[in-house]
Amino acid sequence: MSWTAVCSLADIPPNAGVAALLNGKQVAIFNVAGEVFAVDNHDPFSGANVLSRGIVGSIDNDLVVASPIYKQHFALATGRCIEDESQSINAYSVRLEGDTVMLGLADQAAA
Amino acid sequence: MTSATTRLVLVGNGPVGHQFLETLVASGRADQFDITVFGEEPRAAYDRVHLTAWFETRSAEPLNMVAEGFYDHNQISVYSGRKITAVNRDKKTVSTDCGIEVAYDVLVLGTGSFPFVPPVPGHDRSNTFVYRTIEDLEAITTASLGGSVGTVVGGGLLGLEAAKALHDLGLKTHVVEFAPRLMAVQVDDGGGKLLRKKIEDLGVSVHTGKNTQQIIDGSEHTHKMCFADGEELETDLIVFSAGIRPQDELARQSGLDIGERGGISVNNYCQTSDPAIYAIGECALWGGRIFGLIAPGNEMARVAADHVLGGVEDKQFLGADMSTKLKLMGVDVASIGDAHANTPGAKCYTFIDEQTEVYKKLVVNEDASKLLGAVLIGDADDYGNLLQFALNGIELPEHPEAMILPSLDGSASVGLGVDALPESAQICSCNNVSKGDLCNAVAGGALTVGDLKSCTKAATTCGGCTALVGQVLNAELAKLGMEVNTDLCEHFPYTRQEIYHLVRVGGIKSFDELLAKHGKGHGCDICKPTAASILASCWNDYILQPEHAGLQDTNDRMLANMQKNGTYSIVPRVAGGEITPDKLIVLGEVGKKYKLYTKITGGQRIDLFGATVDQLPLIWKELVDAGFESGHAYGKSLRTVKSCVGSTWCRYGVQDSVGAAIDIENRYKGLRSPHKLKMAVSGCTRECAEAQSKDVGIIATEKGWNLYVCGNGGMKPRHADLFASDIDTETLIKYIDRFLMFYVRTADRLQRTSVWMDNLEGGLEYLQNVIINDSLGIAAELEAEMTHVIGTYQCEWKTTIENEDKVKMFRSFVNSNKGDDNVVFVQERGQIRPATDAERELGEDLIAVA
Repeated sequence: MSWTAVCSLADIPPNAGVAALLNGKQVAIFNVAGEVFAVDNHDPFSGANVLSRGIVGSIDNDLVVASPIYKQHFALATGRCIEDESQSINAYSVRLEGDTVMLGLADQAAA
Repeated sequence: MTSATTRLVLVGNGPVGHQFLETLVASGRADQFDITVFGEEPRAAYDRVHLTAWFETRSAEPLNMVAEGFYDHNQISVYSGRKITAVNRDKKTVSTDCGIEVAYDVLVLGTGSFPFVPPVPGHDRSNTFVYRTIEDLEAITTASLGGSVGTVVGGGLLGLEAAKALHDLGLKTHVVEFAPRLMAVQVDDGGGKLLRKKIEDLGVSVHTGKNTQQIIDGSEHTHKMCFADGEELETDLIVFSAGIRPQDELARQSGLDIGERGGISVNNYCQTSDPAIYAIGECALWGGRIFGLIAPGNEMARVAADHVLGGVEDKQFLGADMSTKLKLMGVDVASIGDAHANTPGAKCYTFIDEQTEVYKKLVVNEDASKLLGAVLIGDADDYGNLLQFALNGIELPEHPEAMILPSLDGSASVGLGVDALPESAQICSCNNVSKGDLCNAVAGGALTVGDLKSCTKAATTCGGCTALVGQVLNAELAKLGMEVNTDLCEHFPYTRQEIYHLVRVGGIKSFDELLAKHGKGHGCDICKPTAASILASCWNDYILQPEHAGLQDTNDRMLANMQKNGTYSIVPRVAGGEITPDKLIVLGEVGKKYKLYTKITGGQRIDLFGATVDQLPLIWKELVDAGFESGHAYGKSLRTVKSCVGSTWCRYGVQDSVGAAIDIENRYKGLRSPHKLKMAVSGCTRECAEAQSKDVGIIATEKGWNLYVCGNGGMKPRHADLFASDIDTETLIKYIDRFLMFYVRTADRLQRTSVWMDNLEGGLEYLQNVIINDSLGIAAELEAEMTHVIGTYQCEWKTTIENEDKVKMFRSFVNSNKGDDNVVFVQERGQIRPATDAERELGEDLIAVA
């Protein structure tokens, strides 16, 4: 796994997300109460790259993002789709180094 | 095919005749009949009960009762403006005034009644009228222009309606009644006295005990009415409303049995003395009585239809309750059962409050165990409850007087548990809905009063039973073990309305504060946008401030409308739909430069589609520089105020509708609300702006404005209700301020104004009380809150483009200046549109933005 600096924590509005482009791949990165999460930006239901623009929140004990298009929920930690597990998305390793958001991508990301 | 069909002729195309046709059609067996309808009036069935509503629009259309295509779909032949001159019972045919003869197997007479005009000398002078048809009202309106005084002869129900009409037409109005009190049939002396005072307070002169002897030329006005007691009254027009007589002429001529004082005798199946002929409604005499109300007429229609169909349900007409509740000139009046205590041994309880002008009387049987009748003037809220006691013979509580006495200690007045009602109890008499019908609807999934209204029609005509319908609903839900969970979501155990109050009263300024004080978890896509909307309605901060940005729903988040491929559309404000050529050119140039798809919206604006996130601030910079501002098409907020061109240009307009629409749009722009709000202003009664399909609709009148509320288009269209008539601009704005803020305060999340009002106990009348009469004492607060919102308006796009940090939020990627290569378009009809999956696969002629 290689770690890439993406942005600073301050670039992500609190309790919201941004999209990042890494090797041609779109990743949605969220800042929830100072903790960071990363999942695919691609919404499997609409086919549009929009998940970074969704509302984050919690369902039971999972932190989730709601697709801004048809409102399905995806767990931030795992990418699991709450409404339809067959449509789950990738979750990525992400961590903070100081104020810098670091994204860990497998050297050859599996599709 | 024809051998099996029954030839059915209906004479009379009024509300009751139409009910008969609707019942036949609803049976699904109308195709077994070859139906011909003759109506003497020039138009098909219309709602005579609400005849006076004609004055609101001066148009017949709103009163029409016949659904579009009803006659065609059901192959019913209709002849309007045709009189039947004879029934030939031997040949089984009817003859018309134009000489045709139509054969019948079954003949239904729904000929109604005609107004009784006392045969005093001079009753047939010109400028004397009756009050029954739309043509009558048209003639009265025309005559009112040439006079200043109008007089109604007859102080009954309809007479007082007519008096209101004359009063509203601007005439000095008199009511002349032969009996010693108003509404002599329904109301007793005490009630009549109070009713008289209330009506006189409104500026109408009441003359009771007056026997008109003759009508001659007046000296200052057209007529002089001379009374038996020697007094005289001068007036310009006279409306006779001295009761009705059954229209039984045809039946008389053809030898059917007729009552001594008129009326076509019918049996329990509404059959006349000739079994092939039925009579229904006000022309029919059952048990020696004529029933001059709509509910019994409708019941007769249903009974006759059932019998014509072979008696499937074996319905019989067994008389009807003549209790009524209505608002006469703004005064609540109700009468139940034996209002005059004529039953042997009957006793009364009477309560009179001259301070607030309320009169209530209960009539009970000898041992005070059963309610026989009641009279309510000035406050008829108890009507629904009392009616159920009377109709169902329910045992009265130990102290029946408590049912009409005001509760001084704050305890609830003695009501009737709806559980005490039998399943058969009729809750809504206008639409014949029983408690059992409501229970079935609840069992079938109805969860709100609004649901019950739409699936059973209960409480949709006079609305007198709304409170009872609500009680039945709650009792049934409880019985089904359904605890209606009104929590907003798992994070807040409160309704939207409760959260609004927590925010407003607690001075809460952010979602985090709200969550910490009153919620749990991290929030979600339900509670966050709701809180964002409430915070904006209360404090009106910029919605993309860091603490608010993450709360905003999809469209608010980027101040634009997200489309299916993740791009956005942009709608600048075009207040009232008025736009200069220069501004149109700017929109064209921006559309061209950024290669956007352009379309005209339903709200008289221009929508520019296909902008990517990073283009939004660039486009808005150009728009703001050219003088545009945000149109809030992305928000649950005021969208547009549509207008017609109004008196400035139009030959028919009576007010400047465009100017009014612009002022109103600018006043309420940016107001966040539980759902989107649409408004419109029409410059005259032709209503080209379609204001009656809006949350707030305004229609110009010669005297000012008519205000309509709670309409909407969309999936379940609903016409708006008339809220206030002929008000000036200042009053108009005051009412809209209060109305909108009350909606913002009390509606549920994503509840349009129509559903909101349907779920308010008391509906339109309650709303009018709160907004117009300030019954809750909150009008000043509501206005102050609105003033704050208006005073703190900002164009969100102007604020955004002036702030570099905010503009950064519109980057496609936080770490790259590239665009989203997933966004691709194709050309169609000279503009872009998103490529379909198949077109992406094919890969030809694609237009990429990145």
